[in-house]
Amino acid sequence: MSTILRLMLEFFKTGLFSVGGGLATLPFLYEMSDNTGWFTHADIADMIAISESTPGAIGINMSTYAGYKTAGIPGGILASLSLAAPSVIIILIIARFLKKFRDNPHVEGAFYGLRPASIAMITAAGLNVAKVALVDLDAFHASGNPADLFIFKAIILAVLIFIGQKKLKWSPIAFLAISAVVGVVFKF
Amino acid sequence: MNELLDLYITFVRIGCVTFGGGYAMLPILERELVDKRHWTTMDDLRDYFSIGQCTPGIIALNVSTFIGEKKKGVPGALCATTGFLTGPIIIILVIATFLTNFAEQPLVQHAFAGIRVCVCVLIVQAVLRLWKSSVVDGFSLFLYLMIFVLNAFSGVLPVKIPAAILVIIAGVTGVLMSMHNRKKTAAAGSADGKEADK
Repeated sequence: MSTILRLMLEFFKTGLFSVGGGLATLPFLYEMSDNTGWFTHADIADMIAISESTPGAIGINMSTYAGYKTAGIPGGILASLSLAAPSVIIILIIARFLKKFRDNPHVEGAFYGLRPASIAMITAAGLNVAKVALVDLDAFHASGNPADLFIFKAIILAVLIFIGQKKLKWSPIAFLAISAVVGVVFKF
Repeated sequence: MNELLDLYITFVRIGCVTFGGGYAMLPILERELVDKRHWTTMDDLRDYFSIGQCTPGIIALNVSTFIGEKKKGVPGALCATTGFLTGPIIIILVIATFLTNFAEQPLVQHAFAGIRVCVCVLIVQAVLRLWKSSVVDGFSLFLYLMIFVLNAFSGVLPVKIPAAILVIIAGVTGVLMSMHNRKKTAAAGSADGKEADK
């Protein structure tokens, strides 16, 4: 029992202090690995790889995995809920505040700055994905041939999805599924 | 009760397809929550994302909490958030129990190389969709470019500024700039008033 409590406490702490997305949890996970021995640094590296190929964020995945390893399925579930708890509490407070002060000129002013910042970060995230999905920097560095820089079949797929999304009003989920199949069939 | 269940199930679906750090989630949220269910607007979604950037926790999770709260208060927030977590938790439990070297399987690697391409496109579309309501003047374009460069090229810059700090700076300059803009329009307004008085 006390193991589960400690699990919950440790992941609650991680959830509270990691600001700005999944990878922000990494330093806390390394620290937890050193302090508790619940998982190793190699486990963290594996989990990064798994998180890149499953929908969940690294923090949630790591908490589920560590919780499962130390206390079975209830441990896995409770550890990830503990990780999420601080952000839920904080967002609930902010949501209340926003409802009250939405029309305040200073709140509106803050959003005037936050909006371009937010889409700037979304653009940067897109660039990071594109760096692995659409171009092959390693092959380019190895050969120096600009033709090796671009992964042409990926770029063709990207263009087709872009056009397809505009023309066919399918759910983005359908395009994700199709892309996975295309990836397997054409060995991306 | 049914609405809470609806919230939960909707976010289970969204949680199962949120690849690529939550940003690719935006077009999915738009489709599921704005177009299909009319639970929120695209502008509100974008504001939730900006707040999610500078508060603890995963952005996608923060957005789920926001929408759940807006729809059904605290119970709604809990349903949306646990719904969002359900898929990833089950997937990791299955992987931890049955599969070893999951990420090294060639099939998995090919499928996710394909998915990453789609995630790129989804992100580009999210940016295009939000551009008009976010980058409205010279100041916001400047902020956009500055924060993009600082964030995207943080690896090659001498100092790495955490994303949360960048967002806070953007919020504060937004407040100052809009105060300045109001003063300017107020001054222009009173000048007009004097003209009219004559």
